[in-house]
Amino acid sequence: MTVAIVGVGYTDVRSTTPDVSFKESMFEAAVKAYEDAGVNPRKDIGSFITAAEDYYEGYSIFDEFVPDQLGAVLRPVCTVGGDGLLGLITGAMQIETGVFDVVAVEAHSKASDILTLENIMTFAFDPVYNRAFDAHPFFVAGLEMRRFMHETKTSREQCAEVVVKNRRNAIDNPAAVYPAKITVDDVLNSEVIAEPLTRSDVSQMADGTYVIVLASEKKAKKLSDKPIWMKGLGWCSDTPWLESREWGSTVYTHLAKERAYKMAGITNPRKQIDFAEVDDWFSYKELQHIAALGLCEKRKAGKLLQKGSFNRDGQTPVNVSGGRFGVGNLLEASALQSVLECVLQLRSEAGKRQIKDATTAVAQSWRGVPTGTGCVAVLSNEL
Amino acid sequence: MSEKFKEFPGTPLSSRDIKSGKVLTFKWRPNAKYAWTVGIAYGRFLEELKNGRIIGRKCRECSRVLVPPRMFCEQCFRPTDEWVFVKNTGRINTFSLSYLDADARRIKTPIPVAVIDLDGASPGIGILHKLGNVDPKRIHIGMRVRAVWKPAKQREGSITDIKYWEPI
Repeated sequence: MTVAIVGVGYTDVRSTTPDVSFKESMFEAAVKAYEDAGVNPRKDIGSFITAAEDYYEGYSIFDEFVPDQLGAVLRPVCTVGGDGLLGLITGAMQIETGVFDVVAVEAHSKASDILTLENIMTFAFDPVYNRAFDAHPFFVAGLEMRRFMHETKTSREQCAEVVVKNRRNAIDNPAAVYPAKITVDDVLNSEVIAEPLTRSDVSQMADGTYVIVLASEKKAKKLSDKPIWMKGLGWCSDTPWLESREWGSTVYTHLAKERAYKMAGITNPRKQIDFAEVDDWFSYKELQHIAALGLCEKRKAGKLLQKGSFNRDGQTPVNVSGGRFGVGNLLEASALQSVLECVLQLRSEAGKRQIKDATTAVAQSWRGVPTGTGCVAVLSNEL
Repeated sequence: MSEKFKEFPGTPLSSRDIKSGKVLTFKWRPNAKYAWTVGIAYGRFLEELKNGRIIGRKCRECSRVLVPPRMFCEQCFRPTDEWVFVKNTGRINTFSLSYLDADARRIKTPIPVAVIDLDGASPGIGILHKLGNVDPKRIHIGMRVRAVWKPAKQREGSITDIKYWEPI
C-alpha cells in the first residue's frame, strides 16, 4: 500500500504574527487542509499528529494544547518531537497499520514568541562538554562549514550562491517573507557570525503553520483527483558527539535517502528526481544535502550550483519555493513547507514558479544545530 | 547477592560529600523566555478583565457559551459566532486546598483553588481561580461565589485582575 497526501492547508508566512495565537493560526491551516481534502475532521480523520518541540513552544507536554484547533478533541492525538517530515512519516506509518484511513499532520512556527532562541538552541547541547564556551550556538555551523569547504574544495562564493538563488526563487512565491535580488558580494560582505559563516549565510526566522492530510491508497483514490503518493520514506540520526562527527558530509541524509530511494525504486536520482526541496538553514547545508541526496557527484554541488544546475530551469531544480532563505526559517515546520512545495508542483498548482512535467520530487529535512537528524521523502503524482 | 556478602566493598556516599563537591555534577540554569501572542480570543478576554467584565464566545451550532473564549468551537469544528458577556458569579464545580507553594515549599495557610461554573456560560464551563475571604472548612462543591476585582486602576489585563472569588 502507498499512502497519499490528499489535502494541504497553510497560513501566510510572516516575519511576526502579533495578531493571532498559535491556536488561531493552526485552526486556519486546518480548516483549509480539510476543505482541500474534502474531509470532516470530526468524522473522517482517525488520528492527528503535531510535530513540535516543547522548548520552541514554551509549554511542556505540548500535545495537550493541540486538539481543539485541529478538530481532534476526544480523538487519538500525539506529538512527534521532530520536524514536520517526521510527523508526516509517522502519519504514513499509522495508516500502514490499517487502523486509520485518514490522518492529519500539523507543524508550525511561532518563532516570534521565543525571546531567547539562542539559549534554547544551546539547551540542545551536551551540558557537560559543549555548553561552557559562551559562544552563540551557530559556532557549530561554522565548524561544519569550514570542514565541508575543506573536504570538497567548495568556495565561499559557491555557498553564497545558494542564498542568492533561494531568495531570488522566492520572488515568485507569494507565501514567502524574504524574497530579494541580492548578489554574492552582499552575502560575503555581511557581518561575520562564526567564521566562515556570515549573517547572510543564515536564514531568517518566520511564523507559519501547515496542515497536511494523508490517506490510505484506497481512500485517497476516492477523496482526491490529484493524490500525491509518498513513494519512499527514510529518517536517520548521526551521533550526538560533536567531538567525533563526520563534519564534511551529512551522513544522516545519506542514510535516510538510501532507505527512501530503495522503497521508491530510485536507482538513478539525477534522472528520476525532477526537483528537490532541501533544508537550507545555512547556505552550505543546501550544498551538503544536494550531494547527500545523490543529485550530483559528491564534491561538485558548489560548482554545479554556481553553473545553474539547481536553478528553476536547471537540471534538477532545488528549493524553487525559496527554502528557508526565501520563504523564512520555520523551525520544525520548514519540513512541511518543503512538502507543500512538492505537492503544489506535482499538482501543477505552483503558479509562476511551476516546473513543467514534473512527476517525482524529493523533500529533505534537518533539525538545525547541533543535531545530525533529518528525513527524506520521495513524492510522486504517479502511483 | 545480599546473602553472600554481609558487607559491600567501596566507600559509602554521604550528603556531605555531595555538598562539598566530592561528587561531581554539572549545573545549568536554562534561559528560556517567551512572550506568547495572546491573539484574538485571549486578547479580548484580557481586555475585558481590565474592564471588570468576563466575556465568552458563543457557538450557534451547539449553542454553548465558551469561557475563556475561543475563536473556534472544538466540538463542532467551526468558527464561533458572537461575543457574550457572562456574570461574575458562579458555582464551585470542584476545589482543592494546596499546602505546597509553587516551589514545593510547605505552607501553613493553604491556597484554595477552584473551578467555577459561571452564570451565563454553558454548564461545566467557567474559570479556574483562587478562593478568598472564606473559611477553608466551609468550601464545598456547589457553593455560590462571586469575583472580587482589583481596583480599576490596578488592573492590567491579566487573570489576576480578579483578586479571588468569595462566597455570596
